[in-house]
Amino acid sequence: MRRQAHGGASLVSREARGSASSDFDVDFGTWRRPVRTRLVSGVLNTRIGMLVGFAIVAGTAAFLSGIALGKYAVPFEEVIAILRGADLGFANTVVLEWRLPRAVAGLVFGAALGVSGGIFQSLTRNPLGSPDVIGLGAGAFTGALLAVLWSDQQTAITILALAGGLAAAAAVYLLAYRRGLSGMRFVVVGIAVSSALTAVNSILLLRMSTSVATTASIWGQGTLLDVRWPEIVPAALCIGVLLILVIPLAPALHQLELGDGTAASTGVRVERARLGLLLIGVLLMAVVTSIAGPIAFVALVAPQLARLLAGSGGATLAGSAATGALLLSVSDTASAHLFPVSLPVGVVTAVAGGAYLLALILREASRR
Amino acid sequence: MLAETRAPGGTKALPPAGPPRAGERLGGPAGRAVALAAGTLLLCAIAALSLFAGVGQASPTRIIESLLAGPGAAEGTVSTIVYDMRLPRMLTAVIVGAALGVAGAIMQALISNPLADPGILGVNSGAGLAVVIAVGAIGLVSFERYVWFALAGALLVSLVVYALSLTIGRGSPLTVLLAGVAISAVLTGISTALAILDPARFNALRGWMSGTVAGRDLATIGQGGVVILCGIVVAACFARPLAQLALGDETAQSLGVRVDATRFGAAIAIMLLAGGATALAGPILFVGLMVPHLARLLAGQRLGWSLAFSAIAGAMLVLVADIAGRFLIPPGEAPAGLLTALIGAPVLALLARGGREGEPG
Repeated sequence: MRRQAHGGASLVSREARGSASSDFDVDFGTWRRPVRTRLVSGVLNTRIGMLVGFAIVAGTAAFLSGIALGKYAVPFEEVIAILRGADLGFANTVVLEWRLPRAVAGLVFGAALGVSGGIFQSLTRNPLGSPDVIGLGAGAFTGALLAVLWSDQQTAITILALAGGLAAAAAVYLLAYRRGLSGMRFVVVGIAVSSALTAVNSILLLRMSTSVATTASIWGQGTLLDVRWPEIVPAALCIGVLLILVIPLAPALHQLELGDGTAASTGVRVERARLGLLLIGVLLMAVVTSIAGPIAFVALVAPQLARLLAGSGGATLAGSAATGALLLSVSDTASAHLFPVSLPVGVVTAVAGGAYLLALILREASRR
Repeated sequence: MLAETRAPGGTKALPPAGPPRAGERLGGPAGRAVALAAGTLLLCAIAALSLFAGVGQASPTRIIESLLAGPGAAEGTVSTIVYDMRLPRMLTAVIVGAALGVAGAIMQALISNPLADPGILGVNSGAGLAVVIAVGAIGLVSFERYVWFALAGALLVSLVVYALSLTIGRGSPLTVLLAGVAISAVLTGISTALAILDPARFNALRGWMSGTVAGRDLATIGQGGVVILCGIVVAACFARPLAQLALGDETAQSLGVRVDATRFGAAIAIMLLAGGATALAGPILFVGLMVPHLARLLAGQRLGWSLAFSAIAGAMLVLVADIAGRFLIPPGEAPAGLLTALIGAPVLALLARGGREGEPG
């Protein structure tokens, strides 16, 4: 089967190839460029490429300033020197042991959240059907908290977070299903599940706070403050594997956006693709949540920002990953340095994302 | 005395299709009065029970002794537990619960949205943020000062929600709910951020921010009670015209309802009730959502009765939530606000599920 760089225009692309001689030129739109090589052919949305490029530049800026800023300021040149292997004494400890893990976590976790959000918004065909809105993040965090009650093994925490996320997804699905899933009902049921789980989480945090006092309540807001290498390395590997696994499923995701029937008729194995995507989406959320706590609204905003910037029809997973990484690193740097006290990043994303959610609802409603 | 789409009560003209008509199962005004009296008795029983429930070292006989002796007469821990801890929180729970129940009923009538709740729609969060600002940024510590902020915050958000329900919410209760959730998320986020920024100052507010009825002294409860009582009086005054508004503005006008004045009165009632309750107990969610549905089940579409039932049921709900919270996570306590969210969220899911098919979305 032919692989497509971006499946949004796949039908057009096949038609064009079927009927066209080699020099037949189809205009796919201003920003779309057909790519034909011996192995891969398709239509490349150059705006996604530009978006990814922009996100890399801006993300690197946020990354570097996240490392450089702080009570112990390290100039940019020194940061770069240290990252290239120079030994500057104490500055090395600050940069490599304290700030680098957090900055890396901002990029990697942001990408994971963005992709998870993109998957779910496409699967539910609803811009609000994002895992943090419909309670999957809260469910994953419930699982993580329950795991912490018994063990401090990161693996156990992640596995239970996954179980919690899946259970929340199942609960939302079962509660919202009534002769099909209507958009708004699904989201409101998700919000209800989310509120219930958030209450459970607060109770669990209260129960635990005798021993681990303030850290737990900060964790409950979603934070990258205490992320260190031993946590981030396995998580980043895990996220990397998941992101690679999602690549072959991405075209199917675009077909699924058209509806199950259409997707099946274009050769997608609907149930298998959906199950795989669902699992990857929940796993990404679970890995991030088990370490950083529930970071609100990045998964909601990132795919839509990507879509807006890239001018694409559906969600783009590459774009979502880029904007997610950018959003989380910028929010984390802002939350750490804009205020007199370092805030958990989840608080900043909750305020900014909540405002965005409101704007989104107003726009959707006025369009009707 | 309105039945929106129903035949007048008591007639046997229509065959009872489907479930029995809501509100008629109590058999007219007498039945409703009896039910209300029974509800009040049950509330008193639960309130009494709340004096005995807890993990403190106080046997029932000692509690009764100290109650009979009166405040200050007997010394020792039992008297302290009863008069300084359990009695105030019992009163707080009753007052706050009644206020939130009535506020929910009024709000559901005002924006004709069965999913409205001052907690979910952000009114309580608005009042909460205003209190956080008043206490944290301006440094007001006495209740009679910062309660004004709570009222202003509640009024502001309820006006916004009202405007939203007029513009985007036409025919789509779920959209208004979503907008309210977003507003609530933003306001709560700002409150949390402020609290984290200045931990020393906000330590006292920590429990309050997740909605608790514990830790208020009797003087504060009295002041909050006055505000809430005013709110209940305003609500009762506007119940009848507000119910007539459900027929549509023009029909209501022809019945002699002053439409704008009624809406304004309802907004003031919500402000006093939700603002006063939040100033006392913090942002408590979902009580105003659940309770009016229960009340409608008992009283039908009669808003006046519905308000009375809502007040009783709301008080009961918060009391029960408070009592349950005392035992849930020993040796600590779970604030009542978390328990109401735990009970209320599934109710929201069921209500949303029961919403009309083909909801525009």
